[in-house]
Amino acid sequence: MAILVNTETRLLVQGITGRDGSFHTKEMTRYGTNVVGGVTPGKGGLFFEGHDGQQIPIFDTMEEAVRETAANSTVVYVPPAFAAGAMEEAIDSGVGLVVAITEGVPVLEMSRIHAFAKDRGVRILGPNCPGVISPGKAKVGIIPDQIVVPGPVGVISRSGTLTYEAVINLTRAGLGQTTCVGIGGDPLIGTSFIDCLELFKSDHETQVIVMIGEIGGTDEQEAAQWVSQHLRIPVVGFIAGQTAPPGRQMGHAGAIISGSSGTADEKTRCFEENGIRVAARPIDIVRLVKETLDR
Amino acid sequence: MDIHEYQAKEILRENGIPVPPGEIAKNSDQAVAIAKNYEFTVVVKAQVHSGGRGKAGGVKLAKTQDDVRKAADDILGMFISGHKVNEVLVTPAEDIDTEAYLGILIDRETQSPVIVVCAEGGIDIEEVAVNNPNSIHKLSIDPRYGLFRHQAYGLARILYQEKDLVKQAVSIIEQLYQAFISSGASMVEINPLISTPTGDVKAIDAKMSIDDSELFKHPKLQSYRDVQAEPRAETMAREAGLSYVKLDGNVGCCVNGAGLAMATMDLVKYYGGDPANFLDIGGSSNPQKVVAALKIITSDPNVEVILFNIFGGITRCDDVAKGIVDALKEIEIKSPIIIRLTGTNEAEGLEILSSAGLSAFTSMDDVVEQAVSETTK
Repeated sequence: MAILVNTETRLLVQGITGRDGSFHTKEMTRYGTNVVGGVTPGKGGLFFEGHDGQQIPIFDTMEEAVRETAANSTVVYVPPAFAAGAMEEAIDSGVGLVVAITEGVPVLEMSRIHAFAKDRGVRILGPNCPGVISPGKAKVGIIPDQIVVPGPVGVISRSGTLTYEAVINLTRAGLGQTTCVGIGGDPLIGTSFIDCLELFKSDHETQVIVMIGEIGGTDEQEAAQWVSQHLRIPVVGFIAGQTAPPGRQMGHAGAIISGSSGTADEKTRCFEENGIRVAARPIDIVRLVKETLDR
Repeated sequence: MDIHEYQAKEILRENGIPVPPGEIAKNSDQAVAIAKNYEFTVVVKAQVHSGGRGKAGGVKLAKTQDDVRKAADDILGMFISGHKVNEVLVTPAEDIDTEAYLGILIDRETQSPVIVVCAEGGIDIEEVAVNNPNSIHKLSIDPRYGLFRHQAYGLARILYQEKDLVKQAVSIIEQLYQAFISSGASMVEINPLISTPTGDVKAIDAKMSIDDSELFKHPKLQSYRDVQAEPRAETMAREAGLSYVKLDGNVGCCVNGAGLAMATMDLVKYYGGDPANFLDIGGSSNPQKVVAALKIITSDPNVEVILFNIFGGITRCDDVAKGIVDALKEIEIKSPIIIRLTGTNEAEGLEILSSAGLSAFTSMDDVVEQAVSETTK
């Protein structure tokens, strides 16, 4: 098993002809992801050449692409100025999962989009995220697939490259993964730590979860409490930003709302209080995962 | 992007919110000239991107021209939470009957704008939030429909009892929401929102942050950026599309991705070193970005060693390698460069490095340990 993406995934790529979209579509098809179509307005009717000469049809609209291909997921590589529109179109198209890679989407636009997605029962992963990979099954996004192998570890992270760091260490130690998810670093994201934990909870192959957080906000603290109340699968944690300078927060509003500054110390303490062992270095995640599995 | 009080007030005025007049002075002569236009008493206020200005002595009342001169001389050049004061706002003092708090921000939990009101505003609002949290009222707004009149009315009645004040507050709340949305703000705050003995409601202080991702839509707001308020290297970084924060150490760090960049700094500390900076070259990096990054890092005289920690995803190792090689041709770099390069297009990247006589580590711990060992302390 796996979460979010697997061999049933039928993927569309929005922005398939752009620099990033075309490069990573080739990568995804090389990994064996079932890319059934692409969308670039104005290029409908053309074909994109995937790995090994695979001809991927391009459509002008998401509506048409979903109708013709029976796609159930989409990944967005569209530049920031057009990404909100692409996500709105995706939510309206009938797919169940929208993976938004784009960085720099205005937060107010995401606020409207998340509300729209919730109304339609569509899951957004991201934005500003590296996507998701279920080793041996499917890769959606930009996570380098050379670093993953199938196995019992579930990985959730707010960061992109720090996820890769953690995952390659696991792989080198022979600890494969069920699914690795990058939930994104933006203030408003569609899929939270808790959403992923819930999905892993019903994934029978996941025996341990690695949760990689960073400073800012309260998502990690809430997830830690959720773990102690709802989850039997053990969790290992890491928090980046011990040495980060205190944020230059200007107004009072943030602190008044959350009552928290979201420091690395605060998050680490909260993890430990809720039974999550925290690695001092990324490499130490491996030892903690091993010890957990050996128990 | 944080903007100054006087800039935030300009946006509030444009949206119809009553704000007392005021002008900016860069020296005490200007401050006195401005004060002459108003009736005394006036207030001289430091314009810095920081809270706690009043408590730091950056806000002074002046009853005479001499007072204004002295206040401006005292405040200009002072540091408030590390920010140098280059400008003061001179504005007439107001008679205050009550002080309230009114703010709007994006709330992560509800993923929507939240309006925050408290009838007890002023400089102690954070203490009020801790000691009397029930007095802070929050209302989350569905951004698709915007703020409804009855919602603004409900909030206004929390602030005031008197009918006329409530009516003014309803308009101000609606105008503030409009200002928030139309500016692409991530936070706006009026503290205090005052009522005067003559029954007027006014904003006498304001703070505002604009979402950086919205700036491309608002050319006018871009001109509000105060490049003097940020270190020169940070300006250079922003213009090159990099994210950079200077720190006090000697290990210059160049990393792709904010999380990995923070973890790299943490690891430098773990191995007994001290990071000189946070620098995220971001995704989709082209070689020119790497050249800019190296220029910025080498502009810091404290840097003794330059540490690259690149894990290719959307960033391609060959782009970074090409950037490093280009930079070595363009600028003279005396510090050793210790590189870790792995991930997307790793082989191509290593090839480019080795043809220029450079080598790279594949493990993060190895590269950080090596970089720290190259420093003198």
